[in-house]
Amino acid sequence: MTAADLVIVLLGVVAVGAGVLVVATRQLVHAALWLVVSFGALAGSYLVLTAEFVAWVQVLIYVGAVVVLLLFGIMLTRAPIGRSEDLDSGNRIVALVVAVATAGVLVTTLVRGFRSAYVPIKDRVGSGSSHTLGGSLFQTWVLPFEALSVLLLAALIGAIVLSRTDIGGAGPEPEEEEPEPRRRPAAPRGTVARRLGTARRRATPDDEDTIVLSRVDEEI
Amino acid sequence: MHGYYGTYLTVVVLFAIGAAIVGGAFLANRALRPHRPTPEKLTTYECGVDPVGEGWAQSYVRYYVFAYLYVVFAVDAVFLFPWATVFSAKGYGYVTLGEMFVFLAFIAAGLAYAWKKGVLGWV
Repeated sequence: MTAADLVIVLLGVVAVGAGVLVVATRQLVHAALWLVVSFGALAGSYLVLTAEFVAWVQVLIYVGAVVVLLLFGIMLTRAPIGRSEDLDSGNRIVALVVAVATAGVLVTTLVRGFRSAYVPIKDRVGSGSSHTLGGSLFQTWVLPFEALSVLLLAALIGAIVLSRTDIGGAGPEPEEEEPEPRRRPAAPRGTVARRLGTARRRATPDDEDTIVLSRVDEEI
Repeated sequence: MHGYYGTYLTVVVLFAIGAAIVGGAFLANRALRPHRPTPEKLTTYECGVDPVGEGWAQSYVRYYVFAYLYVVFAVDAVFLFPWATVFSAKGYGYVTLGEMFVFLAFIAAGLAYAWKKGVLGWV
């Protein structure tokens, strides 16, 4: 067992352990942050396998963008920020069975398919560059690459329609577009946030907003 | 520190040194400072005013588009790197050049839609 083997086993343990903590933690925000650890360990595994470009894409897209998207999703809901006791789903057992079965199928397929396929990693150094990836992407996998752009387009339009009810035209506008904050609205910072904040203030004037604005003024 | 793993070992060592400096600074601070907390000292500092309510606030769903636009641009940029290394090489030529512009055109259509609907109103 070489040092690289040892490192990749340790990274795998970290990735799986953090993945278990994502679903086991009692705090929603911590779940997103454990996901960062899991994705980071996965990026480390890619590095050990000399897939440098994929590793840094993993850091850029998953650790950078996807986790930001998840944190945004948490911020948009009324999820509490501290410990919540009602996170356990009633489908826990079923979910566990499905997860273990999926993992079993994947591991069995990989082990049976690649049991004797050994590639000495030392010979593969440099094969994970963006040049190699670009070669296989634009010679063999052009159609999936173009299909990805359609996927991104569909998701972008979907996000716009769902998040801007004044554009989609579905449902009553003020209630859906401007949900009443649970405790107090965010003290808006920056010009854009303040402009949006003032637009919101005109829609629903109440005492809480007045308190916040006076505090903003004091801070200035 | 030569070879593929050696260079990344340098990166790991650099991260370890950085973590040691930050952790050491906090540890030295904790060891040297006096520790006499009062409830007033333990409240969140908000420019001298007592904090009101909690630190949690729900934000508006319209900001989700901005986060998602960031994802779109990140994925977009990531595919430009491998493309940039190969499109002028032998055996690729104008077809590869055009493929990337088809890809960009799809995403530009999404951006044009967003522009038309006024989502990009902050620019």
